[in-house]
Amino acid sequence: MTEMGAPRFWRNIQQRYRLTGTRCDTCDTTYFPPRQLCPECRREGDVEEQELNGTGTVVTYTTVHEPSPEYEGDSPYSLAIVELDEGPRVTAQIVDDEIQVGDEVEACFRRMGEGGGDGVIYYGFKFRSLD
Amino acid sequence: MPRDVAVIGAGQTEFGEHWERSFRDLVVTAGVRALEDANVPGEEIDSLYVGNMSAGQFVGQEHVAALIADYAGLESVDVPATRVEAADASGGLAFRQAVLDVASGASDVVVASGVEKMTDLGSTDTTEALAGSADREWEVFPGGNTAALYAMAARAHMTEHGTTRRQLSNVAVKNHENAVGNDYAQYPTSIDAETVESTAYVSEPLRRFDCSPASDGAAAVVVAPADEAEKYTSEAVDVVATEQASDSIALHDRDDITTSKATRRAAKRAYSEAGVVAADVDVAEVHDSYTITEVIAVEDLGFTEKGQGGKAVEDEVTTADGDVAVNLSGGLKACGHPLGATGVRQVVDVTRKLREEHEVGLTHNLGGTGGTAVVSLLEAR
Amino acid sequence: MDDTGIAGYGGYVPSLRIETREIARIWGEDPDEIENGLGVRQKSVPDLDEDTATMSVEAARRATDGEDSSRIEAIYVGSESHPYAVKPTATIVGAAIGATPGMTAADYEFACKAGTAAIQTGAGLVSSGVADRALAVGADVSQGAPGDALEYSAAAGAAAFLLGDADDAVAKLEGTTSYTSDTPDFWRREGERYPQHGERFTGKPAYFKHTINAGQNLLGELDRAPEDYSYAVFHQPNGKFPVKAAHQLGFTEEQYEAGLLSPEIGNTYSAASLLGLVAVLDEAEPDDRIFVTSFGSGAGSDAFSFRATEKIEETGDSKLRDDLTDVEHLDYAMYARHKDKIQEE
Repeated sequence: MTEMGAPRFWRNIQQRYRLTGTRCDTCDTTYFPPRQLCPECRREGDVEEQELNGTGTVVTYTTVHEPSPEYEGDSPYSLAIVELDEGPRVTAQIVDDEIQVGDEVEACFRRMGEGGGDGVIYYGFKFRSLD
Repeated sequence: MPRDVAVIGAGQTEFGEHWERSFRDLVVTAGVRALEDANVPGEEIDSLYVGNMSAGQFVGQEHVAALIADYAGLESVDVPATRVEAADASGGLAFRQAVLDVASGASDVVVASGVEKMTDLGSTDTTEALAGSADREWEVFPGGNTAALYAMAARAHMTEHGTTRRQLSNVAVKNHENAVGNDYAQYPTSIDAETVESTAYVSEPLRRFDCSPASDGAAAVVVAPADEAEKYTSEAVDVVATEQASDSIALHDRDDITTSKATRRAAKRAYSEAGVVAADVDVAEVHDSYTITEVIAVEDLGFTEKGQGGKAVEDEVTTADGDVAVNLSGGLKACGHPLGATGVRQVVDVTRKLREEHEVGLTHNLGGTGGTAVVSLLEAR
Repeated sequence: MDDTGIAGYGGYVPSLRIETREIARIWGEDPDEIENGLGVRQKSVPDLDEDTATMSVEAARRATDGEDSSRIEAIYVGSESHPYAVKPTATIVGAAIGATPGMTAADYEFACKAGTAAIQTGAGLVSSGVADRALAVGADVSQGAPGDALEYSAAAGAAAFLLGDADDAVAKLEGTTSYTSDTPDFWRREGERYPQHGERFTGKPAYFKHTINAGQNLLGELDRAPEDYSYAVFHQPNGKFPVKAAHQLGFTEEQYEAGLLSPEIGNTYSAASLLGLVAVLDEAEPDDRIFVTSFGSGAGSDAFSFRATEKIEETGDSKLRDDLTDVEHLDYAMYARHKDKIQEE
């Protein structure tokens, strides 16, 4: 990831630090990241903030050997699509080397990158195995 | 469509590493070749569309439609030029816009071009630029890029449908074999499955040779009303459908990670519009940015049952003399993948084949992991 | 301050370890002499994406699990390795546990005792009624120059304590006292990558003088004797100093062993005595008394007396034990990569 700049990172701190999503009461569905407009109900939706508990299951995964520049020093690393208990799926790194489809994981708090050696440090969620 | 449209000319540059040629050189060359093929003088062009994904990142140039109109000599004959962007579906979309422009009656002779100049950037910056097709905040920030996302789709396909590592290799082997003899292809050389499987991992289970290369190149086609095509050429092919659909931008938001909903939607509408079924298609240029992309696409286009895409090569469904010859050009894998050029290049290749022995051709162009799909159907006269 | 106490606690130690023998091998030292001399078998190493802020958050989440974070009105994070020279770690912790914005926050630095200073401040705010609850964190990803004596022990860890009313506490704070002087035994100048230290000067006039005085003063103020305590926890820069200090104060191995983690994780600096306290709280039973003394170079010691309440039995395991047992070892090359000792272009 190239330098995203402090405001762009800061704007999503609630989501990146705490997995805050949204819930539409009309269709009873939880979304992460938050949706201003419910994708199913659109203007009929009744959207409110919902904090997710951060546990879920690995749907699929890869080990990244050729990352984007921001993650060059970190490869190889594990990346997965995790289905959270509340329903939404997220793309996130897994801090364990060994993972399998179906593994139960929980969110942890890690350093995601930085805007260069003297820039803002980006923190956010990754996941670790629960076994 | 309110009026029928035909492709009356097609041209492209060689795809590959054009160290000595610039962004603007490439697209002018392709455009001139297409216009010469169509026998159309510049004064007759009513409109120009340019498919381009990321000139801003690759060569630091935006406003590329005006640049191209200028250097193609179309500014002097007052041709409006429009850039369209849908990641690496930009070319397919440029073609569709050109067809709709003619179909609507607003224009008569329209050029659809596509171009990307990728090799001025190093490999990590290229990875970065490509990642712009994914969800920047929620796929790329956590460490994803297009290869990593397709790798996760591949893992899911293997888990759910039993697709094997060898079946992925077979796609690369087939497309390289098809590229042999294609003078425009970046890698017109045969490879074997063992070679594919000996290359380094990019994102497991995908290896270097599962991935389309970074390429420079441009392609252009000229479209005109079907009933006026004979005025210009005896080699026109008819555009019988061009459809476009969307899916969630992020792979993780798809109901089924191993299905391209946008492809299914666009294909369904295109078949319906053209009054054909998948089995009628005998030649197809399919988006194979990664080997798994073709495996999934041949399922979603209806060439195989869902989950059977991995077997399509070994069962000779998609081979050169199979039910539907998929990627006779070599595809993105062997012909090369200059992002914005690819969708137009697919139309160029299908046009060539329909001028020869094939009857019904299909092009399938995807943006990123499938947020946009463009499916077009063309028929020989 | 005996109206306050620890309402929740959590420790976090990264899963990676390097053995002191492996470091000795690289520098041509005698592995037995190093291991036995320091009393440290292995030390913790942060993963590539871990720093003082991430570990502080992990410890804080464990400390506040099941608690209403909006009640936290003050967060202090003590460390000598804050990720920023200017910009607080405490706000990162506050945002990550959902305590922002109705709270005050600041980062502390006092070598290895910044975390206990945070506890004193937090307890003071709760006791005075300024804050409903306060969170105090001690965390470090300490650095030792390659080949320096510090490299054998400089480790990574974090501990967090939720301070609140004594009625809610798993352990009541019975008293605290400090012993402070201006003693330059260890320092890191602004902009320098690795700290400098006074070698043997860090011992008698620094660690022992402050630790013993703070400890004796506390016992005197509370009119207690070492045998009144079930547990005694010390700052543990290695495996030897805390044992020697314990004996000097009159504590026995039975009292200090549960809180002595340095032989297995090294010196976690601002977290060192606090992780010992977490380990002890995991074992403590109602009415057990716990004696804790930190030491920070520069120099000072904060001594505390806690008494476990009935609520100690209701708290679940802090998960620190998992961190101590579920570990993965690195060789020196991988360790160098993890500690950013290989400079990339």
